[in-house]
Amino acid sequence: MNLFCIGLSHHTANVATREQFAGNATAESIARQAGCAEALLLTTCNRVEVYAVSDKRISTDEIARCLVAPANRDPNNYAPPFYRYEDNNCVQHLFRVASGLDSMVVGESEIFGQAKKAYESARTAGAVGPYLHRLFQRAFRVAKQVRTHTDIARGTVSVGSVAVELAQRIFGKLSECKVLVLGAGETSERTTRALVSRGVTDLRVSNRSLDRARELAQAVGGRAVPFGDWVPQCREIDILLTSTASEIPLLTAEILAPMLRERLDRPLFVIDIAVPRDVDPSVNELEGVYLYDIDSIRSVAEQSLALRQQQVAAAEAIIADHVTEFVNSISRGLNRLSQVAEHSSVGENPLRASEL
Amino acid sequence: MDRYFLIASTFCFLAAVVHTVIELRAKLFRPLRFNFVAIGLGFIFQTLFLWIRGQQLGRCPITNLFEVFAFLAWSVALVYMLVGPAYRLSLMGAFTAPLVLLLQGFALIAPIDTRHSPSVPANSWLEFHASMSLVAYGVFALACIAGVMYLLQERQLKTHHLHSIFYHLPPLTNLFAVITRLLWWGFALYTVGIVSGFFTGHPLPRIQVVAAIALWLLYAAILQARHLKWLAPKRVAALCIIGFSAALALLWGITFTAELHHVP
Repeated sequence: MNLFCIGLSHHTANVATREQFAGNATAESIARQAGCAEALLLTTCNRVEVYAVSDKRISTDEIARCLVAPANRDPNNYAPPFYRYEDNNCVQHLFRVASGLDSMVVGESEIFGQAKKAYESARTAGAVGPYLHRLFQRAFRVAKQVRTHTDIARGTVSVGSVAVELAQRIFGKLSECKVLVLGAGETSERTTRALVSRGVTDLRVSNRSLDRARELAQAVGGRAVPFGDWVPQCREIDILLTSTASEIPLLTAEILAPMLRERLDRPLFVIDIAVPRDVDPSVNELEGVYLYDIDSIRSVAEQSLALRQQQVAAAEAIIADHVTEFVNSISRGLNRLSQVAEHSSVGENPLRASEL
Repeated sequence: MDRYFLIASTFCFLAAVVHTVIELRAKLFRPLRFNFVAIGLGFIFQTLFLWIRGQQLGRCPITNLFEVFAFLAWSVALVYMLVGPAYRLSLMGAFTAPLVLLLQGFALIAPIDTRHSPSVPANSWLEFHASMSLVAYGVFALACIAGVMYLLQERQLKTHHLHSIFYHLPPLTNLFAVITRLLWWGFALYTVGIVSGFFTGHPLPRIQVVAAIALWLLYAAILQARHLKWLAPKRVAALCIIGFSAALALLWGITFTAELHHVP
C-alpha cells in the first residue's frame, strides 16, 4: 500500500496558481480517475491537497490533472508547484497541517475544522477507507493534543482579535460590557463585529455624521449617539473603541479623570486605532484605564506570534511521537494481514480486511 | 515520626514549585493538573501530621510556633482546595505552592518545635478561637495570592508586555470578584475567631488583643472602602498583600507572647 499526499500551498504557489486547482474535483472523482483505493481532498484558501492510498504508484501529474478543470488541462508537467509526501512523511505532513503548524498564521485553528469537513465530505462520498480513516482520526487527536499541551493557539494576530482577547482578559465575559464606538470607519466596524461575535450586546455608536453612526449602529445591533454627547458616555461604558479622523486628541487625561472617580471599581479599556491618535497617551497613566493604540495592538500581535513560534518545537515533538506510533501500528496491522492472507483466500482488499 | 509527614508534604509543594519554574522557563506555562495533584497530596500529608501531633498532645496541635505555621500552611492548602477549582483558578496553585513551601520550610528549618506543656489545659473555646483564626489567616493568604495575581495581570495589561502566563491568568474582573469574596469570608471567620477569644475564660495578653483588633480593623477598612468604591481594585489587591503580611507578623507576635505566657 502506498500512502501519499500531493498538493500545493501558500508555501509553493501563489493564489493565482492555487485557484486553478481548487474547486474542480472531489475526493470521489480523484479516486475514480486516478485509480486510488482511497482519496481525500483538502481545499482551503491556502492549500489544495490530495491524500490518497493506492496499490500502485500514482504520479504527481496524474493527480494534478484530476484537480484542474477539464477545459484547462495541460499536457505539460504540473510538478513544479506541487509537493509530494509519501508514507511517514505524508503522515507527518498531515499531522502538521491539522495542528496548524503549516498554516500561514502558525497555530491557527481554522484548518482543523476544514480538515474535519474534508474528511466528512470524502467519507460521505465513500472515498475514505480504513487507512485514511485511521490516519485522519489520529491527525485530529494529534491536533487537539498540540492545542491542549502547547500555547501554539494562544494569542491573536489581527486588530479585531487582539482587541477581543484583551477585552476578555480584562472583563471575562463580554456579554455585560457596554461599548462605545467612536468613528464609524471600516476598521472600527470590523473590530465592533469581532466584539459582537463574543457576546457584546450594549453598543453605542457615535460619529461626526449621525447618519453613518445610525447605519453602523443598525448593522451591529447598537444605537447611535450624537457626536456632541459621546464624552459623558465614558461614565458608563467599559470599552471605548475610537477611530476618527480627528487631527487632535479627542480624549485626554484631564477630560477622563473626573469621570473615573465615579467608576473607580470598574476598569475602562480604550482601543484607539486612529492615526493620528484620538486618545492622548497620558490616559494610560490613569488608574483602571488600559489604553491600546494601533502600535501597542501590533506589538501584542507580534508578541503573540513570537509566543506561537516558541511553541513550534514542543508541537513538533508531540507530532514526531505520534508519527512513529502511528506508522508502527499500521506496520503491525500489515504484518498481521499478510499472515492472514497466507492462510485464507479472501479475495478482498487485504488492508481493508485487517482494518475491518 | 510525625515530622516525616510534614517533610513529605513539603516535598510535594516543592515539586509543584519546581514544576512551575520549569514550565515558566520553557515559556510553556499551562494550568496543569500536576500542581493540583501535588498540592492535594501535600495536603493529605499535612493532615496526617496534624492528626498524629494532635493525638500525641491530646489537643489541637497549635501549641508552639512550629505547629502554628504547619496549621496555617494546612489552612492555606485547604482554602486553595476549596476555592481554586470552584472559581476555576487552577493557576492559583502555582502561586499557593510557594507560600505553603515557605511556611513549612521555615517551620521545619527554624528551631521552633519546642515541646513544653502548656500552662492552660485543653479548652474547647480556646482551641476554637485559635483554629478559627488560623483558618481565617488561610483565607487572607489566598486573598493575598489572588492580589498578587491581580497585580501581575494588571501590570502586563498596563505596560502592554504580555508573557505566556498572561493567557492563563483569570480576567481582572473575575480576580477582583474572588478577592472580594475571600476578604468577606476571611473577615467573617476572623470575627468569629476574635469573638470566641472572649469566651476562653483566660485573660489574653493585652498586646495580643490590641494587635488582633487592629488587624480586624484593617480588614474592615479594606472591605468598607471596597464596598463604598473608595479604592480602585489595584489598591485593594495591594492592601490584601499588606494585610496578610501584617497578619503573619501578628501571628508571630501572638505565638511568641503565648509561648512566653505558655498559652496556645
